[in-house]
Order: sequence, then structure tokens, then C-alpha cells
Amino acid sequence: MGRSLGTFSWDRLTPFALIAPSIVLIAIFVYAFIGYTAFVSTTKWYGIVPDYTSAGLTQYTDLFGLPRFQADISNTVEFTVLFLAACILLGFGAAVLLDQHVRGTILFQNIFLFPLAISFVVTGTVWRWILNPNFGINLLLDEVHLGFLKSPWLADTRTALFGLVIAAAWQMSGFCMAMFLAGLRAIPDELREAARVDGAGEGRIFLHVILPLMRPITLSAIIILGHISLKIFDLVYVMTFGGPGFATDMPSLYMWVAVFRQNLYGRGAAIAMVLLFMVALLIIPYLIWSLRQEVER
Amino acid sequence: MSAVHATAGRREFRISRVVTYALLLIVAVFYLLPVYVIVVTALKSFVEVSHTTPWQLPTVPSLQSFLDAYSSLAPSFFNSVLLVVPATLLSALLGSLNGYVLSKWRFRGADAVFTLLLFGMFIPYQSILLPLVLVLDKVGLYGGIPGLILTHVVYGIPITTLIFRNYYAAVPTELIEAARIDGASVLGVYRSILLPISMPGFVVVLIWQFTSIWNEFLFAVTLTLPDSWPITVALNSLAGSLLAHYEVQMAGALLTALPPLVIYVVLGRYFIRGLLAGALKG
Repeated sequence: MGRSLGTFSWDRLTPFALIAPSIVLIAIFVYAFIGYTAFVSTTKWYGIVPDYTSAGLTQYTDLFGLPRFQADISNTVEFTVLFLAACILLGFGAAVLLDQHVRGTILFQNIFLFPLAISFVVTGTVWRWILNPNFGINLLLDEVHLGFLKSPWLADTRTALFGLVIAAAWQMSGFCMAMFLAGLRAIPDELREAARVDGAGEGRIFLHVILPLMRPITLSAIIILGHISLKIFDLVYVMTFGGPGFATDMPSLYMWVAVFRQNLYGRGAAIAMVLLFMVALLIIPYLIWSLRQEVER
Repeated sequence: MSAVHATAGRREFRISRVVTYALLLIVAVFYLLPVYVIVVTALKSFVEVSHTTPWQLPTVPSLQSFLDAYSSLAPSFFNSVLLVVPATLLSALLGSLNGYVLSKWRFRGADAVFTLLLFGMFIPYQSILLPLVLVLDKVGLYGGIPGLILTHVVYGIPITTLIFRNYYAAVPTELIEAARIDGASVLGVYRSILLPISMPGFVVVLIWQFTSIWNEFLFAVTLTLPDSWPITVALNSLAGSLLAHYEVQMAGALLTALPPLVIYVVLGRYFIRGLLAGALKG
């Protein structure tokens, strides 16, 4: 619209003038900066002084040969799978429970959601204490006769990643809950009625009517939480800084360490590009899908 | 789920009440556990914290930890305030103008521009961090709060634009056409029609940006020097320097969490709306 209204005037240019600063800023700070990072990832640059001698793709080939980076990739995949599973199960379970119209729903809803308002740094500080093997949750588990659940948690290479998953799921599962609850509440009663008229039992209705309707929400949750999971930095920095060993190291943390601690600029840039690639793989189809839906509406 | 009752005649899918409450309570314990830890530990004195009974209530509640945490974190608390207030206001203003243009003045290619803007909210910031540091350093903004404000305003453009674009999409186009026929300019339409009804949109965006920027860590730890540290960076550093003083760490964590928590308690439903906007559905 707008084209048919009035004759040419400077006013017609106002919309462009209004949005131009944002476009310019994003063009520079997102696209040009990514371009620069991509360029640095093809150079030899290490040390404080920029060295733009071309290194071809050797930063990348070197990177994938590094045990630390190999650990990063497997950690980030394992963390993402566990984190998504925990958030979806916990979030969906909580949403189903909250959809039972019991008294106190609002209170419980707020209990499940408030962690989302808190910084990962706070979450990390508290959970680091809880998951301290000598004097956190282990002592409590002993007291309530659940000693078999005791674990070295963050202190052991085999369990540290689970500790991170627990803290991350504590913080983010409320997001899934909110999405699923909105979805459950949007299901029209007529749909359930129709299934009942057809003679379906409640269990069957749940399995064959309600669960399938949750599919698009689950997909959205996987993509949103999945990309957050791939980028996770704060929690790892605060809780373990990648340790013990490289048991909880992630590409996001290694990039930061490589650039800002070890002055390995070329390598850091290559890690950043791999990370961007992983996120883009998840996000770009989603963006196209969402916008197409919007056009159809 | 064995607890599912297939009772004919009931209107909705129901789990027995007792089971529902029991399960809700178990889940609630998990979510409230860290709250218990923070409060109980922060109320102890250092002597009692070093004891072997970390899960018990303090015998003599003490507020010393809060005084200690406050004296260490106060400067960075105010740094965070100085950061969050201007950054939040500026990005809300930009988002509102962008949302207006992208929903009501859809020029050719507007959708492509919007998609390109949106992508900026999903990128891992590691992919722009190195040039960002170099550029901020070159223009003299590295190390302090103004550079961090600029950073948050820029990378806040996608989400704030998204929220306002969805919000303004619900405003009938006829209203705007009528105002145009009456001779209102583009900015006049914004001032007289959209701005007066923008309050809920602004609340969602302001809360969202306030919370995200207050809680943010990666930009803060990368772009600021100790004098300008926001509170998240200072909290993490406090934990490093007062290793055994868990009571001060927990009091500090509470202080850091307080502003966003207050907002959540007072304006929770707007917070959730901002949260779900991230899922691209308005």
C-alpha cells in the first residue's frame, strides 16, 4: 500500500529513511562481520599482529584433526540431544499436568517459568554448588535414602556433561512447557468430542488426536532450543570452563579461548564459521518455512 | 501412563487429581531446589557454610553475606543499570520504527529485508566477535559501557523489529489509509495512530530487552574491562576470588537475579509473550 496515495513527495521516502539505519547496521555488524570472520578463517593469522597470508582451508583441516575440536563436536552433539530430550519430556509432561485444570495451576506455571528470567551465570553459579560432589546434592540424596543416585557430577569426565544438561534443562524446559501448554489449550473441544463420538477412549484420543497436533510445536521447540544449545557458552564458561579435561568443552567456548586467550585468530575464526554453519543448517530452513506459512495465512 | 482414566462422559482428558498433584509437586521440587540452596546458603555465616550440613537451615540467620556481596558487586550493579536502560530504550525505539515500516509500508523486497534482519538474531555471536572487538577498538569504544550499549542495540534490532512487526500487523490498514487521505505524513501516521496503541508492544519489548541484556554474558565478558564490568561478569569473577565463601556467592547470585525476577513477578505475562515471539509466532 501507499503507492496509490498522493503524488510524489519527500514523505514517500520517509519509510526508507526510517529503516535505513537498521539495515545499514545489520549489513555491517552481521553480514560484513561474518564475511570478515570467514576471510580470517582462511589466513594464517596468529599472534597480536594481523597476518593475512592465505592459508587456504588448512585452518579447517587442522581443526578437524585436533582432539580438542573432535571432543567439542561430539560434546555439542551429545549435549544437544540430551538437552532437547530433557526439555521436551519435562516441558510436555508439565504442560499436560497443567492442562488438567487443577487448583494452583498459575502458581505451578510460574514455578516452571521463572528460571527463564534468570541469567545463565546465576544458574551456573548455583548448580555448580549443587553438583559439587562433596557437598552438594550428594549429601541430600544420602539423607533422603536415594544414595544410589549419587554421582561425581562435574568432577568426573564421564558425568560432567550430564551436570551441564541438568542445569540447562532446569533453566530452559519452561520454554517448552509454555509452548506445549499454549498448543494444548488451543485444541478445540469439538475435536475431542468428535473422537469420542467415534468411540475412541481417552488414551486413544491422547495418542491419536492430541500428540499428532503437537508435532509442529515440537519441531519449533527443537529448532529454537537446538540452536540455543549449539551456541551455549555462558553456562559452560561458568560451570566447568570446558573441563575436566575437555569433557564439557564446546565449539563456542573453544572459539573464545582460541581468539581471546591463545591469540589463534585464524583457528578461532574457523571454529566460529563451523559453529555458524551448524546453526544455519538448523535455522535457515526454519526461517523459510515460517515465512512461507505467514504468506499463506 | 497407567494413571489415565478412560472415563466416558467426562469432557476432557483427565489424569487423577492425586497423581497430578503428586507429579506437579515432584517437578516443582526440582525447579525450587536452587532457590532453596540460594536462600539457605546466603543466610548463613561463613563459619556455618564451611560445615558439613549444607542443606540444613541456618541456626543463626545472618545477613552479612548480602553486605559482603553488595560491597563487591555494587559498582557492577550500577554498570548494568547504566548499560541496560539506554540500550533497552534505544532498541525498543528502533524496533518500533522498523516494525511500522515493515508492516505498513511494504516496499518491494520488504520480506527479503525482514528475513535478512531476522537471521541476525539466530547467529552465534562468535561469528562476529573478532571483527566487533577490532572495530570497537578502532573507534575507541572497546572496554567501556557505550560500546556494549551499541552492541546490544544493534543485535537487538531483529527481535525488537519482529515483535513490533507482528504487533502492528493487527492494526487495520484502513485506519492508516484514512489518515493518509486526511493528509497525515508517514511520521504523522506513526505518531497519531500507531504510537498511542503501542503500549503493550513496548512493554513486551522493553521487558524482553531489559532481561536479555541484564543477563547477557558473552558480549559483556569480551567487550568490557573490569571497571565497566556488568554484574554477570562480576558475579562470575566473585565466585573465582571467594572460592570457599559460598554464602557470598549465593547472595551475589540473588542480587544478580533480582531485577529480572522482580520484572517477571510484576509483568510475567508480557515476559512470556516476548519469549514466545522468539519462536517466530506473533
